[in-house]
Amino acid sequence: MPSLQKLIDSGKKELIEDRITVGLATCGISAGGLPVIEALAKAGLEIPVDKVGCIGMCYNEPVVTVIQNQKKSIYSNVTKENVSELIESIKNKKQHNKLLAANDINELDFFKKQKRIIMDNCGIINPLKLEHYLAQGGYTGLHNAIKIKPLEVIEVLKKSGLRGRGGAGFPTWMKWSFIAGKPGKKYLICNGDEGDPGAFMNRTIMESDPFKLLEGMAIGAYAMGCDEGIIYTRAEYPLAIETLEKAIDIANNNNLLGKNILGIKGFNFNIRIQKGAGAFVCGEETALICSVEGKRGNPMPRPPFPTDHGLYGKPTVINNVGTWSHVCAILRIGSEEYAKIGSEKTKGTQMICLTGRIQRTGVIEVPIGITIREMIYDIGGGSPDNTDVKAVLSGGPAGGCVPKEKFDTPLDYESLQGLGAIMGSGGFVVLNNESCMVNVARYFMNFTQEESCGKCTPCREGTKRLLEMLTNVTRGVGGESEIEKIRLLAEFIRDTSLCGLGQNAPNPVLSTLKYFKEEYLDHLNKKKCPAGACHNLIVYSIIDKCTGCGNCARNCPVNAISGQLKEKFVIDNKSCIRCGKCYDACAFKAIIKK
Amino acid sequence: MDENTVNLLLDLQDKLGFLPKEDMIKLCREKKIPGVYVSGVATFYSQFKFSPPGKYKISVCRGTACHVKNSAGILQLIEEELGIKASGITKDSNISLDCVNCIGACAKAPAIMINGTVYGNLDNNKVKKIIKSLK
Repeated sequence: MPSLQKLIDSGKKELIEDRITVGLATCGISAGGLPVIEALAKAGLEIPVDKVGCIGMCYNEPVVTVIQNQKKSIYSNVTKENVSELIESIKNKKQHNKLLAANDINELDFFKKQKRIIMDNCGIINPLKLEHYLAQGGYTGLHNAIKIKPLEVIEVLKKSGLRGRGGAGFPTWMKWSFIAGKPGKKYLICNGDEGDPGAFMNRTIMESDPFKLLEGMAIGAYAMGCDEGIIYTRAEYPLAIETLEKAIDIANNNNLLGKNILGIKGFNFNIRIQKGAGAFVCGEETALICSVEGKRGNPMPRPPFPTDHGLYGKPTVINNVGTWSHVCAILRIGSEEYAKIGSEKTKGTQMICLTGRIQRTGVIEVPIGITIREMIYDIGGGSPDNTDVKAVLSGGPAGGCVPKEKFDTPLDYESLQGLGAIMGSGGFVVLNNESCMVNVARYFMNFTQEESCGKCTPCREGTKRLLEMLTNVTRGVGGESEIEKIRLLAEFIRDTSLCGLGQNAPNPVLSTLKYFKEEYLDHLNKKKCPAGACHNLIVYSIIDKCTGCGNCARNCPVNAISGQLKEKFVIDNKSCIRCGKCYDACAFKAIIKK
Repeated sequence: MDENTVNLLLDLQDKLGFLPKEDMIKLCREKKIPGVYVSGVATFYSQFKFSPPGKYKISVCRGTACHVKNSAGILQLIEEELGIKASGITKDSNISLDCVNCIGACAKAPAIMINGTVYGNLDNNKVKKIIKSLK
């Protein structure tokens, strides 16, 4: 690529030389990274300061990397309060030992078992410096693609074994082949809706390495003969939208999008952004298409599939942000290299968001086939405060739970499905004994019920009724016979709903019933919540640590606490409204809840 | 319908901060789109608001990572401190309260966002302090 050579050379130079970078994706900014980069930039340091995206170490953001005299130091938890100390160390050409996390990410347990092929640039490059992206091998994939015929690009994907990363795991080469031969107008869509709460894998790529996504889509445009692409991204991701818009402009100005890309006459491809407006169901492809067309996001029956009748009635391929990024990596490293990673049925890597009750929360990229145990303990560091990990939720509101007995299950589509969970887009929420599985099932049902589009009766009416029944369980209302009714209704909704939202909405319920039935029974038979999470079933009691100060009684809005000063106070559980004000007011930790 | 109704409404809300009824009616007349259609699209998507936001816009994250760290309790506390429910606004129009599905600060759960700034690792005492500073 002679026309881009100057950029590659300048990018390589910048990335090898001494530099200071601050991670400023959404997590980094919310952790307080902006005042840190301002302070560093104003400090009069000889080393240039630059922003980078998210390296994934959300648990100790803001992250500052200093390369000084060619020696790297990775600092964590750098804030506006301590950045001046770091600046002093840099001026004195010394490492700041207290803030130092490592000299290289591979020293950290968080990274040792990761395999970063689509996150390779995250936290390393300035997301909007094309020269950085090119210097790291960017656009090699597109360059390789245009050297071979379009149908041969699809063959490469077939050999790589790539399956869609949106959750369904459909073979990407097959979806592409459905529209490749069709004449006339065709569309490519990137699904960046990422509706699962607690999942931000797609956001990480869009904010930290946007050119990877644009390159992947350009490869698709070449292979399938499309000239128009749309990136659909949720409105709740303003930084991702802004980053993508700027990246598209830069790509257009450098002949990497627009007309005659890379000098190939007739290879025209334009990408525009379409913002979502807040509807989880619009992550479903037919609803997404309606939303792009400016309508209510109601799913449509399939067939016809979007590859036959999609956006504006034309053949359309929709792939997830992750999938497009994998396409880019595959065309760069080759299908054979890619296929070496992963398991027999699922090749490659998966990005996972590890959140919840875990020491090291963040976004990681692991080879398919790694066990859940390795992810939670080796990478995530297990639960904080020495509490036991009870289960992990996989796949968000459409997914299920994996109990600790099954943590040796490998991460792949078939193994997780076999457990009644799903891989989904990669959101993993870790739970400990303070999480109630019934409460979690009810939480997810509340979410999907609110997000139901209302079109089909099983979902619209069924999720409402199921939510009511689960709420009753969390309140200890009803007997053991409720469980069978819940199971029957859940299966009915799963089997008869129109789209993936309704079909998968019961998954958390069925999954928690399968592995944690005794918790449901405790709520209904014993009227107790073992985790102490269900508000109506919490019992507050005062233990012997009580000094008799009376603070709890003074804070109780219903006068349910009585006692003599300097003697142990007592809570009347019949009057107690479980507001927790006494628990908060006690300075001696003398009130427990269970 | 040639015009993209979602984009028209997003643009209108960007300009005015919310979707006043009179302006939506004006839009219908201008673009010759039936009112029932525009109303159907506007009420489908949760981003569209029909009342003005407060000077301070509090969004409580109700994502999964925040939920398992008791964001429901945080929401309840804020509702009590302000005397309003979620989707409401205080009488002096100073503070409005909403829930959002995920603000992407899962490592700092439970978290809330006020006018674009994220406050994380919250507990009851921290929340009370923050609300007090807004009043």
